[in-house]
Amino acid sequence: MRIKNHPILGPLANKKKVMIDVDGRQIEAEENEPIAAALMAQGISVFHRTKKTGSPRGLFCGIGRCSDCFMIVDGIPNTRTCVTPVREGMKIETQHGLGQWKVDR
Amino acid sequence: MKEVEFAIVGGGPAGLSAAIEAARCGVKVMVFDENERPGGQLFKQIHKFFGSREHGAGIRGIDIGSQLLEDAEKYGVEVYLNAAVWGIFDGPQLGICAEHRVFRVKAKKVLLATGASENALAFSGWTLPGVIGAGAAQTMINIHRVLPGRRVLMVGSGNVGLIISYQLLQAGAQVEAVVEALPHITGYGVHASKLRRCGVPILTSHTVKEATGQERVERAIIVEVDHQFEPRPGTERDLAVDTICLAVGLTPMAELAWLAGCRIAYIPELGGHAPLHDDNMLTTAEDIYVAGDLTGIEEAHTAIEEGRVAGIAVAESLGYIDFTRAFELKQQAKDHLGALRKGPFGEKRAQAKVRMIERREHP
Amino acid sequence: MKRTLKTTGILYGEELLKCPGMPTRKRMEQGPVAIIECTQEIPCDPCVDACRKGAIQIGEDITQPPRLLEEKCNGCGSCIAECPGLAIFVADFNHSPEQALLKIPYEFFPIPKANTKVLALDREGKVIGEVRVLKVSNPKKNDRTPVLSLLVPKERVLEIRHIRLKESI
Repeated sequence: MRIKNHPILGPLANKKKVMIDVDGRQIEAEENEPIAAALMAQGISVFHRTKKTGSPRGLFCGIGRCSDCFMIVDGIPNTRTCVTPVREGMKIETQHGLGQWKVDR
Repeated sequence: MKEVEFAIVGGGPAGLSAAIEAARCGVKVMVFDENERPGGQLFKQIHKFFGSREHGAGIRGIDIGSQLLEDAEKYGVEVYLNAAVWGIFDGPQLGICAEHRVFRVKAKKVLLATGASENALAFSGWTLPGVIGAGAAQTMINIHRVLPGRRVLMVGSGNVGLIISYQLLQAGAQVEAVVEALPHITGYGVHASKLRRCGVPILTSHTVKEATGQERVERAIIVEVDHQFEPRPGTERDLAVDTICLAVGLTPMAELAWLAGCRIAYIPELGGHAPLHDDNMLTTAEDIYVAGDLTGIEEAHTAIEEGRVAGIAVAESLGYIDFTRAFELKQQAKDHLGALRKGPFGEKRAQAKVRMIERREHP
Repeated sequence: MKRTLKTTGILYGEELLKCPGMPTRKRMEQGPVAIIECTQEIPCDPCVDACRKGAIQIGEDITQPPRLLEEKCNGCGSCIAECPGLAIFVADFNHSPEQALLKIPYEFFPIPKANTKVLALDREGKVIGEVRVLKVSNPKKNDRTPVLSLLVPKERVLEIRHIRLKESI
């Protein structure tokens, strides 16, 4: 849900778009916006599930301090999506539990 | 190791104002901010600020932010973004993490201007997606132009809750209600009036009891509370909302002040644990200054003035301006702080600040 | 519990009529005049400079609520957009024999078009009728606070404080 027109901020500027992969789905995002914003603009609100009960978690503090927005980004788990900007071709996955490293270290 | 004269942690209104004042006197200033862009919370504040007209009242927060950035650039302040300060050591030295490197910076003087963080409120179902800080909602709507939800319950009737409720309406969301546990509205009456005339109910002596939903918030149960904040059985009401915003206060982010060994006091009127400072904004730790919400939850204009005092005091202690000129400049800022802290909304903070300065002098 | 600004967010009765920014009934019946609904002691004074006639007075202590000097006020409305609290309105009782003209700040999108009818809301946000928007004023100096001029029934001048477009429910 993007705010197309705003009484103070004016009309939504035409920003450069990038494509990101979210759980195998191609999603359009605006260049440099936080991953969490791109997902929420598409109505995606579940970012990870807890280890024991699989309960859904999503954005909470929005400022990089709480860990509720963690997702696996380009193979790296526990990435704070509220402060990490999108890049073209980024691979984002819903994290289940504590996450596993999916990159060669 | 990199050495700077004056290192500032936090590029919000307090940090930038201190940087500008010090740089104007000739000090070499470097500001470290963990975010992608400086300005602190200013770029979310799309409303016109209160205060005195000679000090920028009537101007939107976003424009105050732009002006500060312009001035910082004009006076040659270096701003190092995406740089998180994780530690502070004798020297003083800052431990910094930036560009995937960890390094230290030595400074002659340090200003901590790290601001505050939002408080959380735990209730049944609060972990569901859709329960967010009011500040998080504000970031989403005003900076990223994304609606976090369509039907919102706002918890808290302070200025943060009232202003963000109004901004959610401007963004196209519906605010089903504002609940406030106290029996009266804690923010400004004019902010409350703006909401009431839009049809938003403000329910005093109410709080949120539970949030329910499968994958995200679908309903909220609110309940009336008595003067001991105990829920009154049978007064539960069900609201169909998809978002619950928590505007239940802010707490100074004093971690670096603790690490630096500054004396800290718990001052409820200022939001919790705050580092003690004198009227030059100097803490009990040598060469460490503080300014802004870190020293007590107030607002952008007080942060700006405290930052100015700190910047001038640092310039004075480094020998860049003389005592008389420094006194004059600091007095202007202090007079303005006094004016901003008057009235029923400010006097408790004003008294708390006086006590804080006294306690620092006479432990 | 008594209905006050502090408990409800709305100025009722005495609290409203006794506020120093409220013009007298007599003055209201003489022509356009500002109504400054600001009662709390908050450090704030942009309205003072906004008025070119010197009709708004606060004084040294900027926490004092603004006083309207009604003889000096000509109801020009320059103060409406300057108030950060959106608490200032202008009323012209004598706009026509049947109707008063009421100017309100309106910071929402979409802005209504001039000469359209909109729903009039009272201080509680309740719809109390339909009114016509006579004019929409949004000059650069308002800094994105448009001012709507509404044709309202005279007896509603102290009640109507907001509008809603008819299409958006």
